[in-house]
Amino acid sequence: RCLSLIKSTKFLNAYITVAEETALKQAEESEKRYRRGQPLGVLDGIPIAVKDNFNTAGIETTCASNMLKGYISPYNATVVQKLLDQGAVLLGKTNLDEFAMGSGSTDGVFGPVRNPWSYSRQYKEKSVPKSHSEDKDSNWVITGGSSGGSAAAVSSFTCFAALGSDTGGSTRNPAAHCGVVGLKPTYGLISRHGLIPLVNSMDVPGILTRCVDDAAVVLGSLAGHDPKDSTTIQDNFKPFELSNLPDVSKLSIGIPKEYHAPGLSSEILALWSKAADLFKNAGAKVIEVSLPHTRYSIVCYHVLCTAEVASNMARFDGLEYGHRSDMNKSTESMYAATRREGFNDVVRGRILSGNYFMLKQNYENYFIKAQKVRRLIANDFVKVFGSGVDILLTPTTLSDAVPYTEFIKEDNRTRSAQDDILTQAANMAGLPAINVPTALSERGLPVGLQFIGRSFQEKQLLTVAKWFEKQVKFPTIQLEEVKRHDHGVFQHQKSASFL
Amino acid sequence: PYKVVGLEIHAQISSNSKLFSGSQVQFAAPPNSLVSFFDASLPGTLPVLNRRCVEAAVMTGLALNCSINKKSLFDRKHYFYADLPAGYQITQQRVPIAVNGSLSYSLCIDNKMSQMVTKTVRIKQIQLEQDSGKSLHDDTRSQTLVDLNRAGVGLMEVVMEPDMCCGEEAAAAVRELQLILQTLGSSQAVMSEGQLRVDANVSVHHPGEPYGVRTEVKNINSIRFLAKAVDYEIQRQIKELESGRTILNETRAFDSKLGCTVPMRDKEGKQDYRFMPEPNLPPLILYDAKSLPANMNHQQVVNIDWIHERLPDLPSVKRAKLVERYGILPEHSFTLLNEDGLSEFFEDVIKQTQMKPKKVIGWILKDLLSYLKKHSLTVKESPVSSFLLADLLNRLEEKEISSTAAKQVFAELWKGEGKTPLEIVKEKKLQLIQDQKDLEQICQTVMAIKAGNRKVLNKLIGLVQRETQGRSNPVLVKQLLEKKLSE
Repeated sequence: RCLSLIKSTKFLNAYITVAEETALKQAEESEKRYRRGQPLGVLDGIPIAVKDNFNTAGIETTCASNMLKGYISPYNATVVQKLLDQGAVLLGKTNLDEFAMGSGSTDGVFGPVRNPWSYSRQYKEKSVPKSHSEDKDSNWVITGGSSGGSAAAVSSFTCFAALGSDTGGSTRNPAAHCGVVGLKPTYGLISRHGLIPLVNSMDVPGILTRCVDDAAVVLGSLAGHDPKDSTTIQDNFKPFELSNLPDVSKLSIGIPKEYHAPGLSSEILALWSKAADLFKNAGAKVIEVSLPHTRYSIVCYHVLCTAEVASNMARFDGLEYGHRSDMNKSTESMYAATRREGFNDVVRGRILSGNYFMLKQNYENYFIKAQKVRRLIANDFVKVFGSGVDILLTPTTLSDAVPYTEFIKEDNRTRSAQDDILTQAANMAGLPAINVPTALSERGLPVGLQFIGRSFQEKQLLTVAKWFEKQVKFPTIQLEEVKRHDHGVFQHQKSASFL
Repeated sequence: PYKVVGLEIHAQISSNSKLFSGSQVQFAAPPNSLVSFFDASLPGTLPVLNRRCVEAAVMTGLALNCSINKKSLFDRKHYFYADLPAGYQITQQRVPIAVNGSLSYSLCIDNKMSQMVTKTVRIKQIQLEQDSGKSLHDDTRSQTLVDLNRAGVGLMEVVMEPDMCCGEEAAAAVRELQLILQTLGSSQAVMSEGQLRVDANVSVHHPGEPYGVRTEVKNINSIRFLAKAVDYEIQRQIKELESGRTILNETRAFDSKLGCTVPMRDKEGKQDYRFMPEPNLPPLILYDAKSLPANMNHQQVVNIDWIHERLPDLPSVKRAKLVERYGILPEHSFTLLNEDGLSEFFEDVIKQTQMKPKKVIGWILKDLLSYLKKHSLTVKESPVSSFLLADLLNRLEEKEISSTAAKQVFAELWKGEGKTPLEIVKEKKLQLIQDQKDLEQICQTVMAIKAGNRKVLNKLIGLVQRETQGRSNPVLVKQLLEKKLSE
């Protein structure tokens, strides 16, 4: 069913590779196991999609780049292996910004991903009809990024869960724009082995699902120490189930004032306020807090990210794998041509910046300084959480999804700097954070709110998120394609929503 | 002028697997047969630190009197080269595992090995780092062949401060380091297999003036060549400066055929390695008995004190023990340890003979060693076993043979025909005539002949007959004896 839905939503461009044969085989095996009464685990038979920057053995892994077009990895990323070991069905690899660099999922070699909500009844109803002759397609909106393909895949019902990655907000941002749950776990909780790195010290595998309970289930299957990843913590992880009736009256919710960032839409501001009231009315303590170094996080991120990118991309020389240029006058010229041909402008720009910051004469002023600022940003959170606040409530994005034609008016770097502002600091500090779809905007597009929790306190974070999810009753997307395929999917057609 | 020589030594760690990956470490395996995904820099792979390599570095640091840093860090050193798949090497640039040590070594003042002087060189630091692969340039086909078997093998870089002043000192220091590493087992340190690589930093200056510009000399393939390369470079720099020219801060290669250093074409222009902390490896924390937490799994930690307690006797200690136990000279102990297996051979002989060590040592160092050197054999390959030599020395001690005869027997033993000393003595009739009466008779006879007594001649003929068991021609013997006696 999912496979045919994938086919009919092909115009979304959410998938780079669809592993039809293997998926069907996996599904068959799973059915056999269920008949025998021996499912491998909770996820046995569940169709999932994986962002194309995770290594999947035997299935192409491209990172949406010419550099890795046609690259078939010989090994599975640990998280992929864990899912397969549970019996999950791997439907395919989803689209992204090239090497996960971007906030729109528009800068990959396979083209941009379209937000399924662009085709939803809710959006179409609210959008001003320009003219009949105009191409209906022209005002489709972006998914956000860089895990846009995964978000779109989950949002359009082609899979039940998807893996993304989150370095500066790359899971939460598209989750907000596509109306799905996007979880960024604590750094060190889930193995990065096999995740092609962007910024090793900030990357985490992200989980995209339709509801918070599902995220908890997937988290349970993925978390835990991996000897192949020396940055995972050694402590034993116990998968948990979320209670249906948590008592939020004992909670202290912090509202960081700096997250009232310039450019925040009035709609989202109002939503944020309403959400705070929701908690207040339920008896929780809601207080304003301050994370004073928030405004430095984008610049700090820019330095550290580009530096690590420059380093991580150094291995792409065409020698051992991936694209190799035909230029063969010398090793150096081959390297240069390969990298010029294989990488897009965004990647090359970051490599150049990163190398600049790492030059001996610049290292102290840029890299070291940025590390110090990072420490300050992380300490902001430590102080706030140390003062008794349990969870922070913030917006996830500055606005709802913008049309593609508008988005591309600014370059990738500008967009990233704008869009990452609300999500980035959690990556700096390594904290867990989650986007919960909250309501539809005036344009009929999803808007989400973000919860940030204490390190390794995913259980508390998800408990609060689940409670909130229940309160807001975010509406289901009404997609023609989905309706056609399955009438039974829609049980609660509530047009009334939080707004 | 003052000559200043420092050394950077890379020792390959003797371990089953590589520093950050599980692939095997083995010399001369088929190309690219020992390469893991991580070694090939496949995207998404991560380094995992090898415990054995850490222990090897700690052992070496302790043996070189270093302070072991309980917290050390890993860094990335970036440059592009075909034998470096990731485009960076993981090393320890900021905080290495061991610092501030020293190495004592000895030199002979003259050629006769009769007077030794002890010198010390400071060890700046020891750091753990990855080895690179190997690249072979095939100019005829304009291609480079890359073998990644060696990529990722663990190295200890030992940095020696510029406390040395000539090739001889550098060579002696490296030799001592080599012996230490081999004794510890942390590296097999065989230069010809690339397990020990030495780069020399050389500069000259006038006393009272600041240090001169230094050059780095690479491509030194043996300890002998190290001494030559350093001395050549010193002379070259002196000549350059005396001619009014300046020394370039460059890297030069030693050409062993020509015996000189030449500029290396590859390394033009200064490289900025853009060092950055390695984000995938947390700081390396080491413990000692005091700091070890009670509930820590002992498999997960490296305990410096535990390693210290288990260090074997270092060469300097072994030598001192040999001198003390056997009363040999210090320079003897150096030679014993310098030759692989020689001290064990010596001690084996001691065990099996009554001869005093002070006498045995002469046989070991003069006779055995010179034969080994002449035939380019190692102690292990010696056709004369410790058992046979001990046997021979016993016969000498028992005065069954003279020392001249013993040397002859030794020469025979060397042929390796399987004969025992006793057999050879019998065969060559080298027995000492011990019998007092016999000797008295012979002496008297000789004296009598000298006094002109001709009757004694017949006695002599009789003796000769006996010696030859009756096989000699009496007439001929008489003629010979008469001739001899009139001399």
